[in-house]
Formats: sequence, structure tokens, C-alpha cells
Amino acid sequence: MTSRTLHIESRTERLIAVREFISDEARSFGFTDEDVSKIALAVDEACTNVIKHAYRFDPNRDITVTVKRKNGTFEVTIRDTGSGFDPSRLHAPDMKDYFSHYRKGGLGVFLMKSLMDKVEYEINPGKRNEVRLTKYLHR
Amino acid sequence: MSDFTIAQRERENVQVLELKGYLDAHTAPKLEEAFQSLLNAQRYNIIINCRDLSYISSAGLGVFMAYIEDVRKNKGDIKLSNMSAKVYNVFDLLGFPLLYEITKDEQEAFNKFAGSAR
Repeated sequence: MTSRTLHIESRTERLIAVREFISDEARSFGFTDEDVSKIALAVDEACTNVIKHAYRFDPNRDITVTVKRKNGTFEVTIRDTGSGFDPSRLHAPDMKDYFSHYRKGGLGVFLMKSLMDKVEYEINPGKRNEVRLTKYLHR
Repeated sequence: MSDFTIAQRERENVQVLELKGYLDAHTAPKLEEAFQSLLNAQRYNIIINCRDLSYISSAGLGVFMAYIEDVRKNKGDIKLSNMSAKVYNVFDLLGFPLLYEITKDEQEAFNKFAGSAR
């Protein structure tokens, strides 16, 4: 197994660095360009959620992004120490309902679930929250 | 580094915004400002030319959702054109083609405004 970690401050201008880090890791693992884009977008969404919701735009907090690669499994863990949330209340919107009411938020959660094979949460508010995004390399 | 820019121009009574670069949570406020100033000027026929848009996340998609209702209430529309396959896939995944007219090129979007008597 190989493991690499990127630490960033909770600022939206750092999202580009996250996408570059994830894209390099996913590409060298053997994913197609299409899958590389999907993984980078899913991780962008997870980090954006942390910046907006867990840290409420406090720019001086830390986010840790760790990539673990093993036997065809590409796992990205996004960790924060922010306010956390109840994952059972976090659901992807029904898009028909979404459009009929012109709603504005919640798209990120839907995207993460659509783009990755597995999305898991481990929430300990104020201590350590984790989102784990997994994609399998189909050979 | 400026990773997202918007160029604005007018074609008869249609406003065209050309997006270039990366539209994410960092750059989405720039697009919000552009929409807000169009609405303030009561310009409701809007084409978003995505030819040079390399990337979009849900923060960018949310901007289109935030303004479409006001634009349509005022008998206008937001039409999108010239999307790369990569950007289109994100719109498609969320079902946006059901709500927004997405055309192959800008002329087609422009003609649709002409067809609905701008």
C-alpha cells in the first residue's frame, strides 16, 4: 500500500492544489482521464463542504487529504476538526424535486455519491471528522 | 493566479458571458456578480458560452440555479453553449439538461432567442 497526504488551510483558493494532487495520484494509479476528473471533482466537493459547513469559512483551520492506494482500491480521506454534522441527515436531493423548487444547495453530496463507488462518514464534532471516498480501478 | 475569467459582450438584445478556466467554490462569486449586474441592468436574455470552461463543480452549478428563476420570471432565459464533454458530463449527471437549454454552439442558442421574439 502507498499513502500520500496533503495538508491545506481551509480556503477555497486551495481547492486547485487539492485537485492537482488528487489528479496526479489517480492518473499514476492507472485511472482513465474521465475517472481522474470524476475523483478530483468528488474530492473538491468534499473539501468545499468542509470549508463551508464544518469550518464556516474560517480560513485558518486545517484540512488533511490522504490518498491510500492498494490492490485496485483508491481511497481518499478528507479530515477536519470542525463542527461536524449528522450524516444520517445528509441525503442527496431528489433532482426532480430540486428543479421544481429551484433549490440551490446540496448538489455536492449528490455528485460525490454519483462519482465515487463508496462514500463513508465518521463524525466526531470538534475532534475529528472524516469523509472517505473510494473508487475501484476496473482492469 | 487568476484561474477563472468572464468576458461579457452583447449580441443585439442578448448578453453573452464567455467563461474561461476553473469554476469552483473559489471563483463562483465572480459569476454571481456577473449575473447580479445583468439582472440589475434588467438584461434577462443570457447565453453562457462555455468554450473555454475547463472545470465546473457544484458551486458553479449552484450559481445557475440561483438565478434561473428570476431570469425566467422576467421572460428571459439562461442558455448554455459550447460545452466540452467533460463539463457537459457534470451538468448531465445532475439532470441539468432537463432544466436548461444546452446547445452545441452559441449561434444555435442565439437563434433560439430570436425564435422566441427577443
